[in-house]
Amino acid sequence: MQKFSAFSLARQAMGRHLGWRPQWRSVVPKPSYDIIIVGGGGHGLGAAYYLAKQHGLCNIAVVERGWLAGGNTARNTTIIRSNYLFEQSSSYYEHALKLWEGLSEELNYNVMFSQRGCLMVAHTVHDVQVFKRHVYANRLNGIDNEWLTPEETKAFCPPLNISPNIRYPVLGAALQRRAGTARHDAVAWGFARAASDLGVDIIENCEVTGIDRDPSGKVTGVQTTRGPIRAGKIGVSAAGHSSVVLAMAGIRLPLQVNPLQALVSEPVKPAFPCVVMSNTIHAYISQSDKGEMVIGAGTDSYVSYTQRGGLHIPAHTLEAICELVPDFRRLRMLRSWGGITDNTPDRSPITAKTSVPGLYVNCGWGTGGFKATPGAANLFAWTIARDEPHPINAPFTIERFRDGTLIDEAAAAAVAH
Amino acid sequence: MLLIDCPYCGPRAEIEFAYGGEAHIARPAADVSEEEWEAFLYLRDNTKGVLAERWRHAHGCGRFFNALRDTRTDRFHAFYEIGTPRPDVGDAA
Ligand SMILES: Cc1cc2nc3c(=O)[nH]c(=O)nc-3n(C[C@H](O)[C@H](O)[C@H](O)COP(=O)(O)OP(=O)(O)OC[C@H]3O[C@@H](n4cnc5c(N)ncnc54)[C@H](O)[C@@H]3O)c2cc1C
Ligand SMILES: [Zn+2]
Repeated sequence: MQKFSAFSLARQAMGRHLGWRPQWRSVVPKPSYDIIIVGGGGHGLGAAYYLAKQHGLCNIAVVERGWLAGGNTARNTTIIRSNYLFEQSSSYYEHALKLWEGLSEELNYNVMFSQRGCLMVAHTVHDVQVFKRHVYANRLNGIDNEWLTPEETKAFCPPLNISPNIRYPVLGAALQRRAGTARHDAVAWGFARAASDLGVDIIENCEVTGIDRDPSGKVTGVQTTRGPIRAGKIGVSAAGHSSVVLAMAGIRLPLQVNPLQALVSEPVKPAFPCVVMSNTIHAYISQSDKGEMVIGAGTDSYVSYTQRGGLHIPAHTLEAICELVPDFRRLRMLRSWGGITDNTPDRSPITAKTSVPGLYVNCGWGTGGFKATPGAANLFAWTIARDEPHPINAPFTIERFRDGTLIDEAAAAAVAH
Repeated sequence: MLLIDCPYCGPRAEIEFAYGGEAHIARPAADVSEEEWEAFLYLRDNTKGVLAERWRHAHGCGRFFNALRDTRTDRFHAFYEIGTPRPDVGDAA
């Protein structure tokens, strides 16, 4: 692997940048691997990396139906935070946040993790009570989160309109200072490059179409559009297609997929210092390093695999943003798109063994799994390598829906999160 | 935005409707096993292809009805009343 540094950049500049090599090896699938990861998004690539790095398992392939990280990894608004209500969730997301804090160094890849702080704005008495409850619960768990008055909110994010006369006035905000954003592609590429260097085969344009099992039910390999590949263990991290892939092994999941949309404005000079989220009016906004305002919209109501949704959803978000940040009224929007989000009934993920021996699944991250990327990858790798969950992801089973031990962040947030 | 053909009122914009999820899921008897209860409450086919689903004309006649929609294209292939069987539309796209 070519190490990235100021020195290597200078040396390559002397050679007119002709000496850079591809960041990961291009491979033809081998007939057999110890472990196959289905899905080359951030979660799948990260899982392969941690399997190789921390568990010493290197005979691994990541199989991706399209190009690397073209799924939700490429489509999300990159908000990273760990201030979830329940202990199980906050410890999972905090595990991820801690990994984010060291990720660029760990991977020798600038993932542009920027801890610029995330404000969750309250507009109703109910919001104020819920967010204060979050603040207290988080602090008891040692996770930073603080309550700001409207004036303090405005001081932290000057473009916000805190006039009491708007339709949804700002009554205060919960601020997590360690929260922020990262560069979505860089995370996937950084994991791919580091995993490839440790011997992991990354196979693009290769869709898994079947899961093979022996008479005892144990997995033996996958059928793909590039032929069959044998495997001792299979880890599925296919986000929007988790139900489709797990159905190949006869498993029904507690998931429904919905379109989630996002859009970006034309690029402008630095004008927005932090991340602002408003659950009540469904607006999420931050400014990318390129200068675009990155805006997350609400979820379309219906099941769909189309990667697009209705225009009324982002229109609603833009109306809210124009009132909350009046300066943005004259911004023009450049692009909008959608992703397929895999939502569980309690809006908490699944990182677990399945009822099929040798088959593991990491899914249900829905509208909020980018922030979890290194954490989920790390714990999914643990679960696959040891055939048992790590204590942090142990509550995130499929069976919690049978047993009634939900982790009901859906009720806690009352909206997509 | 979807154009939804309410069997009682005719075609209307999606914003008049509330989504009701997968159709033809019958509530089991009270004494079923935990697995059957779980399946009723939480497990879904989440079909990539033709999905039978429920809609309610919330800002119209207020009634529930079923639809067949291909989740690969979002194209509707049938609208039919609750209690009637699922029409056969093959592997529509
Ligand atoms: C508009 C939008 C905004 C979002 N905003 C945020 C946010 O601000 N913060 C946040 O934390 N999260 C956010 N999310 C959620 C986040 O994007 C996801 O939870 C996360 O990126 C999932 O990562 P992944 O690697 O599991 O999925 P993906 O990147 O989708 O990777 C799954 C991969 O599996 C592949 N695959 C599927 N089927 C097969 C098959 N049969 N064979 C082989 N490969 C297959 C797919 O092609 C895909 O590349 C947002 C999502 C969307 C859509
Ligand atoms: Zn009607």
